[in-house]
Amino acid sequence: MSAPQQRRIIFQHIDEPGYTPDIDCYLRHGGYEILRRAVTRPPGELRDEVKQSGLRGRGGAGFPAGVKWSLVDRKSGKPIYLIVNADESEPGTFKDRYIIHQDPHQLIEGTMISCFANDVKQAYIYIRGEMPHGARLLERAIAEARAKNFVGPNILGTGYSCEIYVHRGAGAYICGEETGLIESLEGKRANPRIKPPYFPAVLGLYQCPTIVNNVETLCHVRHIIDMGGVEYAKIGTPNNTGTRIFGVSGHVQRPGTYEYECGKITLGQLLYDVCGGPLPGRKLKAVIPGGSSAKVLRFGEKFTLKNKDGSTRELAMEDIPLDFDTLAACGTMGGSGGLIVMDDSVNMVEALANINAFYSHESCGQCTPCREGSLWMKKITSRMVHGNARREDAALLKGVADQIPGRTICAMGEGCSWPTQSFLAKFGEEFEAYHETKKNRPADALPLI
Amino acid sequence: MNLKPETLLRIDEAITHYPVKRSATLPLLHLIQEDIGHIPDEAIEWVAAKLELQPINVYEVVTFYPMFKRKPIGRRHIKVCRTLSCALMGGYKVCDTFKKEFGVELDEVTPDGGTTIEFVECLASCGTAPVVMIDDDLHENVTPEKARELAAQIKAGTAVRK
Ligand SMILES: Cc1cc2nc3c(=O)[nH]c(=O)nc-3n(C[C@H](O)[C@H](O)[C@H](O)COP(=O)(O)O)c2cc1C
Ligand code: SF4
Ligand code: FES
Repeated sequence: MSAPQQRRIIFQHIDEPGYTPDIDCYLRHGGYEILRRAVTRPPGELRDEVKQSGLRGRGGAGFPAGVKWSLVDRKSGKPIYLIVNADESEPGTFKDRYIIHQDPHQLIEGTMISCFANDVKQAYIYIRGEMPHGARLLERAIAEARAKNFVGPNILGTGYSCEIYVHRGAGAYICGEETGLIESLEGKRANPRIKPPYFPAVLGLYQCPTIVNNVETLCHVRHIIDMGGVEYAKIGTPNNTGTRIFGVSGHVQRPGTYEYECGKITLGQLLYDVCGGPLPGRKLKAVIPGGSSAKVLRFGEKFTLKNKDGSTRELAMEDIPLDFDTLAACGTMGGSGGLIVMDDSVNMVEALANINAFYSHESCGQCTPCREGSLWMKKITSRMVHGNARREDAALLKGVADQIPGRTICAMGEGCSWPTQSFLAKFGEEFEAYHETKKNRPADALPLI
Repeated sequence: MNLKPETLLRIDEAITHYPVKRSATLPLLHLIQEDIGHIPDEAIEWVAAKLELQPINVYEVVTFYPMFKRKPIGRRHIKVCRTLSCALMGGYKVCDTFKKEFGVELDEVTPDGGTTIEFVECLASCGTAPVVMIDDDLHENVTPEKARELAAQIKAGTAVRK
């Protein structure tokens, strides 16, 4: 079965010849018409549309956006803040970059609709420090939108006012975690906060109720308000509505970004039919399906899944539909939509050593299991790679990884241990036999660490 | 510390973006580093005074975020992505090529003060791996040959400045 057609809603104009990031181009393409209509409606109604749409967050956890918004404390009398998470820091993720650089007004319109719906008077876009051009583009776009009265005081004559500012990070991955992001925006180290009590919806930025949503999530809001929540929910599959942008990187013929209805394309269709399959002479070996902290899948793997009526079915790895729920049932996650593909040239110990070097560099250091665990996972895997493995190292590695999840302040504890746990579970023989594989490897093999 | 008048204006403007002054710490550090190249002790004290904080509050921020540099680095800054997607496509070879071309180790400054090479984590452009940032600009699908060309351009530029 060949792959279905892309359904480009968020990426409609990305890479379109002649489409430019300025407001005139955006207005020529119907830009800000949806905001114009939205501000004539009661905010509660807009929130209901988002709830009915079933939209799930595109930043990583897949939490329903409408539910997140309904948790906001609207009675505290404190201002409500909205933060656009444009940190895009999870390895393998590179979708928000294109929205920011090529269609910044789509993000600003989605953000302003979300602000109006939630009675937000001040929004911040937290963009990673390594996107200086993106930050300047967003600043220019906001200034253009302000000049046309879509942002700022008395928006479109409604009496509603809202400002947006761009805030640049400075190279720390943990700023992507929403409470770390809030600390960073307050001018501190990005040490995530403990939940409870610090749920952003209640005690967020400056201890005020705060909404943190991913760039892509907020762009979807624009289209939900355009077509209506019920109509939007017909896109994709039940409980996995709308489209998703998949960013494919690594060992395929055509890496890149592709937008499909959620759950309407399988892993095999995406990697073979859309991305052209492996490079000449190679075979696909493994894929990490949702950013580098998602658990790895092995080609040839089969899963036994429960049906609703209690019976079971078998699913081959290539036939997994790319949605949130099936990937979770297969023990991994859709995460940020970034797929990292590895072919049979890759030594899994080296790949894991690369990932572990990332997480140990990025732990904020507050929790002992994450700080020490990520460091030891890195030390063990890199001594394996450099030929100093000890006989008990694979077992030791598993022991360290198993002691982290559930014992930390933020989800990075899970995120840093899942790669090690899953690589060991699925490619354990490579770790056990590492001395041999190392000896047999050609001297000119590509270094990963 | 001599900040340009334009930097000072932008600093005052940045502070107005936040209801709490401390939030302007990162923006101020960015503006100062763009102006003078790094964050010396006096910049930490200056920002603390400006935002009515203790110097330690600013110091702990400067030391947490990898982009802030405590010492001068080269005028040209090469950041090669080290993370998995780039490594799978040859990122380590690209990094080695740059090191050889300039004859320096990571994080050093070339003897002419011109260039620093850094091996950084994922730059969010994994689909066009391997990627390299040179100053503010992203370069995609960088092969060792392309790295040599980029190095040659940088060296030519540095020679012109001298
Ligand atoms: C370690 C860590 C890193 C994260 N990095 C990002 C990120 O770079 N971008 C992002 O949108 N969400 C990231 N998240 C998820 C955010 O915490 C948060 O759930 C998300 O921004 C919520 O937006 P959404 O509901 O629209 O997905 C990260 C989470 C963790 C635990
Ligand atoms: S889990 Fe890791 S990153 Fe998260 S708060 Fe603890 S030490 Fe920091
Ligand atoms: S791994 Fe290099 S840009 Fe993401």
